Amino acid sequence: MTLADLRKRQGIEAPEADDGHGGDHGHPSAFEYARIGVILAIITAAEIALYYIDMSRNLLIVTLIVLSAIKFLFVVLWFMHLKFDNRLFSTMFAGGFVLALALFVIVFSTLGGKLV
Amino acid sequence: MAHAETGQLETSTGIDNRKLFMWLFLASECLFFGSLIAAYLLYRGQHDVPCLGGDLSACVFPTDRTINGVEYEGIFDIPFTSVSAFVLLMSSVSMVLALAAIQRGNIRAMRIWLFTTALLGALFVGGQAFEFTEFYREGLDLDTNLFGSTFFVLTGFHGAHVTVGVLVLLSMLVWSGRGKVQQKDSLNIELVGLYWHFVDVVWIVIFTLIYLIQP
Amino acid sequence: MATVAQPAGNPLAQALRDVRQLAEDKYSIWSWIATVDHKRIGVMYGVTAFIFFLLGGAEALLLRLQLSSPNATVLDPDQFNRLFTMHGTTMVFLVVMPLSAAFFNLLVPLMIGARDVAFPRLNSFSFWAFLGAGIFLNASFFIRGNIFNGDLGAPDGGWFGYSPLTSNEFSPGNGIDFWILGLLMLGVASLAGGFNFVVTILNMRAPGMTMLRMPLFVWMTLVTSLLIVFAMPVITVALFELLFDRLYNANFFNTEMGGSPLLWQHMFWLFGHPEVYILILPAMGIVSEILPTFSKKPLFGYPFVVFSGVAIGFMSWGVWVHHMYTTGLGTIATSAFGISTLLIGVPTGVKIFNWLGTMWGGSISLKAPLMFSAGFITMFTIGGLSGILHSMVPSDFQQQDTYFVVAHFHYVLFGGAIFALFAGAYYWFSKFTGKMLHDGLGQLHFWIMFIGFNLTFFPMHMSGLLGMPRRVYTYQEGLGFDIWNLLSTVGGFLIAASMLVFIFNVIYSLRKSEKADRDPWDGRTLEWSLPSPVPHYNFKEIPVVESRDAFWNEKYKEDEAGVVIPVVAGASDDEEEHDGHGIHMPSPSFFPLIAAAGLPVLATGLIYDPALVAVGAATTMIGVFGWAIEPATEGE
Repeated sequence: MTLADLRKRQGIEAPEADDGHGGDHGHPSAFEYARIGVILAIITAAEIALYYIDMSRNLLIVTLIVLSAIKFLFVVLWFMHLKFDNRLFSTMFAGGFVLALALFVIVFSTLGGKLV
Repeated sequence: MAHAETGQLETSTGIDNRKLFMWLFLASECLFFGSLIAAYLLYRGQHDVPCLGGDLSACVFPTDRTINGVEYEGIFDIPFTSVSAFVLLMSSVSMVLALAAIQRGNIRAMRIWLFTTALLGALFVGGQAFEFTEFYREGLDLDTNLFGSTFFVLTGFHGAHVTVGVLVLLSMLVWSGRGKVQQKDSLNIELVGLYWHFVDVVWIVIFTLIYLIQP
Repeated sequence: MATVAQPAGNPLAQALRDVRQLAEDKYSIWSWIATVDHKRIGVMYGVTAFIFFLLGGAEALLLRLQLSSPNATVLDPDQFNRLFTMHGTTMVFLVVMPLSAAFFNLLVPLMIGARDVAFPRLNSFSFWAFLGAGIFLNASFFIRGNIFNGDLGAPDGGWFGYSPLTSNEFSPGNGIDFWILGLLMLGVASLAGGFNFVVTILNMRAPGMTMLRMPLFVWMTLVTSLLIVFAMPVITVALFELLFDRLYNANFFNTEMGGSPLLWQHMFWLFGHPEVYILILPAMGIVSEILPTFSKKPLFGYPFVVFSGVAIGFMSWGVWVHHMYTTGLGTIATSAFGISTLLIGVPTGVKIFNWLGTMWGGSISLKAPLMFSAGFITMFTIGGLSGILHSMVPSDFQQQDTYFVVAHFHYVLFGGAIFALFAGAYYWFSKFTGKMLHDGLGQLHFWIMFIGFNLTFFPMHMSGLLGMPRRVYTYQEGLGFDIWNLLSTVGGFLIAASMLVFIFNVIYSLRKSEKADRDPWDGRTLEWSLPSPVPHYNFKEIPVVESRDAFWNEKYKEDEAGVVIPVVAGASDDEEEHDGHGIHMPSPSFFPLIAAAGLPVLATGLIYDPALVAVGAATTMIGVFGWAIEPATEGE
């Protein structure tokens, strides 16, 4: 008996197979990828411009972090296809990322270190 | 049970084994690069003696700063690094276009985009090598001070990851030259892409935290 | 199995096929070297780890001889330091972790109804990398001169390698470099295994086996593998940083240039604490399988035991600072971690109550696997209680760096993990060898080991509270330590004696002609449905699972009165003579070995000669390329 037969017998839906082929569930086209590329370029240019502008340091830091977070999300969610793929991938990756972030925040606070 | 080779079994989650492996690997790499970045940031946060008169061993973290109205110039060349950050970012675009191409069955376009990605990646590594030699000529080495140690190790490991990626891309190109990469093999390109994008994303983090945000 | 006819052509491909032919003969040494079969890899892990266990035990006995009386002269301080470093490093990385890996390998595919792990060649690579690293690490003994003159070259910085002790300044010579590189390679091996088992468990379960129908051992393997995958990178970074400090004068831990020894401690324990749960969770999984079988009752509160295991996995990230209470981090940090450390005792306690609940009211069979499991529960509980005592910051200030801590971790790691691993050995031995271990000898082994273990480690609570420090090569008389140390030494030799009983049992049992039943214990999980030893393809037909304790529920049903009655066996598949025809198994491969073999060469080159670095790197790359190009299964 195959997995498919068993699912039929038990009336379960097959998990959405991730076959990596160009399925039609929100798969961006080449044009959309190029558009995202342009956005990434613009954001990078903005970051560099901001670096040279005279502004409060805290504002600069927050803005740079927000901008790079946007770039990060574009690459991870669209280029790495996480937005359209099985939830399990997001859980794993977010797990690792959040764990790394949390651990190092705790280490910094115990060592009384300044982050920036 | 209907299967022929390992890796093509119907899996319990519906996900291919290798793709699951790659994402798990990338999650693990978050901890790896996280530790390296943390060491850098931690040491930077604790020591902020400015560089005086270009004598690197007298300072711990040589970055741009103004103290008592006097401007001290740091060792980073922001315009140069910005260009190389841009190059790596664009290599992610070409990578995803390569994937889109093979998923459509357009092998020729895939090869062009793969080559572009490898080229841009190699350019990035070249830029890193140039930056490293510049710093070295200015007297910064692994043993000079805390900055030298943490900076070179962090960016060195990142550069090594990019280099491995370039080698893999070139291997895929050679392999496809022999006709062995067809539309049905798009998963392999996808896996290479995931690795490549991750390495790019790490650079986004490094570029912001290390180059743009300075004490 | 005949090779599939291939078109003539590429001479390299032909050479590859010829070499693979060598490995097809099941009984040749080549077939073992090129094996990708999880069962064989499991056996190799188990045998190798056991040999390292004897080595680590011998190191311990030397330490005990030196400590048996005040001002003894069996070992000098330098030798003592090297031996306790190697004892600890060996036991953690070359014994308990690989023994757990052995059980993962042997059991997980069978328990989930799979034919092998997700990445069989990666599995083979893990083993060979482990073996190479273990040999490399122990080779360090010989690097300082004539060991028969007492000149040992092994690392001497403790298994935790605190800086700045491990810097070039305070640890000249190459011992620490061997330690660092050995651990880096072991980390690679463990990581590879971790990835493999997570993917295997998530992706290769038999139809119908939902996550909550998996055997508990499989759950513990999953949690442990996830811990490995996230914890190893942290120590990898720390080790590289220390390596660069030593090889290239970097400044990561160089206080004169602003480096901080505390960074090492944080990074080491960020890894180190999840590591101790990596050491104990598989053992807990083993016990969770054995107790239900020997009580003839299902595991009490299975969902709670699963959830507790997962909770322990999560919480293990939040307690590491309890190894650093005395470093001056301040009251806020230490009390926060004191609370989290107390809290992690809760899921552990839940498991203990569930094990007791499993046995309560059950029909207990006092065979060796159960004895060792009962030993595990009692000894681990004692060790857990001393751990709770350590979690309180003020009392830890007294206990830190005394023998009280040594008592604690030996109770949980030996009384806990080792007892459970032996329980598993007695339980599953017949499944993989076809012969049962003699139970009477097993009981003898148990009792000698149990008495010896307690005699060795219980007195350490006393000497610790009296103030005897750790890692000292001797002590003065009149401090009250003498009697406790003497008792410990006697106990140590009793443990050694029990090992002789075990070794004799293994040899004797393997040479018996009497073959074991496939299901001698009336087991509950799928591996007991297979012949012993298990055929290389595992299952003739992948089973369909309809409940937890899948095999038990095939054998027994409850009638209307709730009485358990055996299911009348239908026409049974005779598995015995199936030759695996029609089932495609992954082909053997030499490339994982080649890839792994380059690593110790590279490591040696980093210490002694750059040319070797190139040779090692090239070897590994050839291995990796070959691995990538060759088809996983012959005929692709």
